[in-house]
Amino acid sequence: MDMGDSRQIIAKRAAQEIVTGMTVNLGIGIPSLIPDYIDPSTKVFFHAENGLLGLGPTPAENPDWALSNAAGYPVSIVNGGSYFDSALSFGMIRSGRIDLAVLGSLQVSRDGDLANWIVPGKRVPGVGGAMELAFGAKRLIALMQHCEKNGKPKIVTTCTLPLTATGCVKRVITEMAVFDIDKSGLTLIEVMPGFTVSDIRNHTEADFNIAEKIKETND
Amino acid sequence: MDTFNKVADYQDVQPLFFDGMTLLFGGFGGVGTPPTLVDCLIESGVKDVHLIGNDAGFPWIGIGKFVCLKRAVSLIASHIGSNPVAGQLMHDGALNVEFSPQGILNERIRSGGVGLNGFLTEIGKGTVLAENKPIVNIDGKEYLYESPLTGDVGIIYARKADTFGNLVFDKTARNNNPLIAMAAKITIAEVEEIVEMGALDPEEIIVPGAYVKYVVPTKGINWKWIWEIQGK
Repeated sequence: MDMGDSRQIIAKRAAQEIVTGMTVNLGIGIPSLIPDYIDPSTKVFFHAENGLLGLGPTPAENPDWALSNAAGYPVSIVNGGSYFDSALSFGMIRSGRIDLAVLGSLQVSRDGDLANWIVPGKRVPGVGGAMELAFGAKRLIALMQHCEKNGKPKIVTTCTLPLTATGCVKRVITEMAVFDIDKSGLTLIEVMPGFTVSDIRNHTEADFNIAEKIKETND
Repeated sequence: MDTFNKVADYQDVQPLFFDGMTLLFGGFGGVGTPPTLVDCLIESGVKDVHLIGNDAGFPWIGIGKFVCLKRAVSLIASHIGSNPVAGQLMHDGALNVEFSPQGILNERIRSGGVGLNGFLTEIGKGTVLAENKPIVNIDGKEYLYESPLTGDVGIIYARKADTFGNLVFDKTARNNNPLIAMAAKITIAEVEEIVEMGALDPEEIIVPGAYVKYVVPTKGINWKWIWEIQGK
């Protein structure tokens, strides 16, 4: 499976997390691919931290530079949408008005710690809005490829990269697996097509529990 | 300066920039950064500037154009990922970058602009961004203290102004511009359209003219956006 395929597979699975009535913030990277996979009958409000609630699709023609998403690309606004300044935008995030945030990730720990903003000595892009989304969203889902390019697991006992926030991730979706995280730690809840529990075990550093429904199908 | 006619030329505002100043700039990835004022800043020749804004733009967009000239000594921002030159300057020790979580940064600017002395938050606790920040314990819970930010000059972009400096913004080009307007000692607003007082509906005014010192007419966006460059 190449990187492009696995990104699409992760995005497609993540799209199932989005249901009618939600207010959702999608981060950059893999999360930005999710809208392509959302059923058109699902009615949600997308929040963009640059000051837009009710983000709509890229316009087919006449893009307006002053109407953009958080990555700076032209978008549209849906009926009922609104514009606001950056302080209000983050007030909305911190005070729990965002039902679901979906963020790209570099590492997730067994306890739900998230590292997604800095690789010391390599990439130092800055934290953007990730700390507040991680802290403030009612539910946080982290998306990432299961391992680094060199095969190193990204689901770990303790994050080695600088943290974005502690204990914030509730679900992790990779091309191999879906895990839930709660007080009991990591639980494998889905095995993605083409993989086995043993594949996942071999590519995951952290210990994890296995949900009953998976035990039944894999025993 | 006439309080009720703040419309100025670029030659009037250029002397407001000075070596070593703290400059607040509006915009998010260049969207809402005043293009003509950035050029005016560059042409002024000032150096050793302390910048405060959301990000470092792109090398050819927004404040990024100024950052690339190495005439800024520090930058407080939420990220610099879209401007690799800023990353290189930081790495080389030529630009001192302080990262602040995006909403916290905006709230620090707002705090400076509304006469408050900072605030407490849990955002950033347990991360490297908490280092060197005072910790305040209230009722057994720990919070980080975040300091207010102000600046000597603020450069912002708006859709419309009246001659008093009341401002109306343009969709997501609003972003942090209203906050910058409040936090700077001298705010210069670059606008698309200037109207007489009374022509704006008071309900649509986002920034009252009391926060604005000068209004200059824009010469328009003079860069290509990343989505215009990437092949369609």
